[in-house]
Amino acid sequence: MVMKRLLLGAAALALSTGMAHAQYSDGKVKIGVLTDLSGTYSDLAGKGTIVAAQMAIDDFGGKLNGQPIELISADHQNKADIASGIARKWYDTEQVDAIAELVTTAAAIAVREVSKEKGKIDLVSGAASTPLTNDKCSATGFHWTYDTYALANGTGDAVVKNGGKTWFFLTADYAFGHNLQAQTEKVVKANGGTVKGSVKHPFPNSDFSSFLLQAQSSGAQIIGLANAGADTINAIKQAKEFGITQAGQSLAGLLVFITDVHSLGLENAQGMMLTTGFYWDMDDQTRAWSKRWSEKMGGGKMPSMVHAGTYSQVLHYLRAAAAAKTDEGIKVADEMRKLPINDFFAKNGKIRADGRMVHDMYLAQVKKPSESKGPWDYYKIIRTIPGDTAYQPLSESTCPLVKK
Amino acid sequence: MTILGIPTQALFGQLLLGLINGAFYAMLSLGLALIFGLLNIINFSHGALYMMGAFVAWLALNFLGLGYWGALIVAPLVVALVGIVIERTMLCRLYKLDHLYGLLLTFGLALIIEGLFREGYGVSGQPYSVPSALAGGWNLGFMFLPIYRGWVVVASLVLCLGTWYAIEKTKLGAYLRAGTENPTLVQAFGINVPLMITLTYGFGVALAAIAGVLAAPIYQVSPKMGSDLIIVVFAVVVIGGMGSIMGSILTGYMLGIVEGLTKVFYPEAASTVIFMVMVVVLLIKPAGLFGKGA
Repeated sequence: MVMKRLLLGAAALALSTGMAHAQYSDGKVKIGVLTDLSGTYSDLAGKGTIVAAQMAIDDFGGKLNGQPIELISADHQNKADIASGIARKWYDTEQVDAIAELVTTAAAIAVREVSKEKGKIDLVSGAASTPLTNDKCSATGFHWTYDTYALANGTGDAVVKNGGKTWFFLTADYAFGHNLQAQTEKVVKANGGTVKGSVKHPFPNSDFSSFLLQAQSSGAQIIGLANAGADTINAIKQAKEFGITQAGQSLAGLLVFITDVHSLGLENAQGMMLTTGFYWDMDDQTRAWSKRWSEKMGGGKMPSMVHAGTYSQVLHYLRAAAAAKTDEGIKVADEMRKLPINDFFAKNGKIRADGRMVHDMYLAQVKKPSESKGPWDYYKIIRTIPGDTAYQPLSESTCPLVKK
Repeated sequence: MTILGIPTQALFGQLLLGLINGAFYAMLSLGLALIFGLLNIINFSHGALYMMGAFVAWLALNFLGLGYWGALIVAPLVVALVGIVIERTMLCRLYKLDHLYGLLLTFGLALIIEGLFREGYGVSGQPYSVPSALAGGWNLGFMFLPIYRGWVVVASLVLCLGTWYAIEKTKLGAYLRAGTENPTLVQAFGINVPLMITLTYGFGVALAAIAGVLAAPIYQVSPKMGSDLIIVVFAVVVIGGMGSIMGSILTGYMLGIVEGLTKVFYPEAASTVIFMVMVVVLLIKPAGLFGKGA
């Protein structure tokens, strides 16, 4: 009898102390940054996103309703199987509550599947493809920084309206490239332009001369580069070498990061139009954050939109988890959708039913060397594309969560 | 006029571009074949040393103000020195062991070298301009040929044929070949065989570095440029016949052209066509096109 009472008492005690911590499983909140730390996207994402996520945690105060916030990170090597393997391990044995960044479409989609199955939160910053908010959408999955629809809509639209009516595409031969080309083709045709052809190049690829020659003989006014990173850099550089740009054809880089422009140098990149979700030199807030980030990275670099987006998504996740008083995926996700987003990255951002974080995008043009006043002074912002027109309308989304 | 549905103009253009890429394959596979033929080492660090050549050129320009032509001399010397240190401290201990040990060691070295440059300079690459004397291009009617690419083909031909001549037709080359065949006997004639082997490795590595400097103005100077290329170059050496000097040169140019043509007819296969050729060649001639014996 005494024994029974003791046991009951112990159970009640355990339950009550358990109750106090129940909202946050295992007494802490743990965020995993899963990114490319060694491959082709490690400059535009990579280590800088871990630094950005840590800054968000520090700015939040390092604690969530008294519980410590922990950050871990890993390299997914841009491979879907490695990404889903790490995600599974993190969720199952390391009590990770949310995974952030996820550059490379294939890796992001693989992690999306695991997160959906486990009811955990994934925050996509680096990957671009629209399936993430269409058929691959989930109640606990979010797409933050930009997407191929916004890129096509920004750069494609601006180039066609500037008189670039005929297009030829150089397309990276994998999901992202195909998606970006398809999105841009739609925009070109909707504006009265025509597509004269396309060529799919292996990914990754270093010599573009053959493909550029085909683009040249097509006679199209615009050569659309539906690729990213080193592929875009080499294509732009070699187009100049073969006199393609001097002969009157123009290049449209459909996905260009500031790290690419830095690597090309203004001499090669000048005049190019591009769409971006963030530029460090826009206002006092962006400059202040970028300066802090740059110092933590050892100086000499400025953040890409993926770095800034990772900060914004981690901070918003923490705010929502604090408001929801739990780290349970679904509840935090609901809270994330309710709370508006206002930080240096996104002004009046909001999250839609399909998981798309809607915020303003910017159409930028790369400065001439003579216009640039110092290191990383690269962009002129031509116009702001309001969030509501930059992204795919919710009515067109094929996400099952969107009520029609 | 068209051939197989492709305008002849485009076809000639692609042939020429293939030849230019082939020039790089030839220079790199020549160094590999030389090292394998005389040292019996499968030098997997060749790509990393090619990348190092490009980086030395970039560093020399940015920190010493040394231009392209200077780099063409300095970079191979610096990289050869690195190669000689590698040979003297590590590779020389492996000659009596199975090929596999050399392969593993050089593969590890390649990863370390690449990792160090990636850590220091990131992956996006650094810009390097075409030297002003070679800027611009010629309009050939069927295509616009950048003068610089023409120069690469000429430089590669001179280097490849010069090396072939030195190995196959001169007295020094004869010593080299004899020294690897029977080192004890050649040593008995008063020839310093270990020194000869060290210098041969240094020379093979210097060839990779020259290719790296030549590549710098075409591609970005990036830590990944070697690993992107090395597998293809290995396939070239295997197709040509391991250790065959002329084989690697000719196969290098030939496969560049095959690859160029694939980019016109079926671009999706451009990155795999060389390996398909390798499979076919190995099935028919296991020792490679120019290999001696099986």
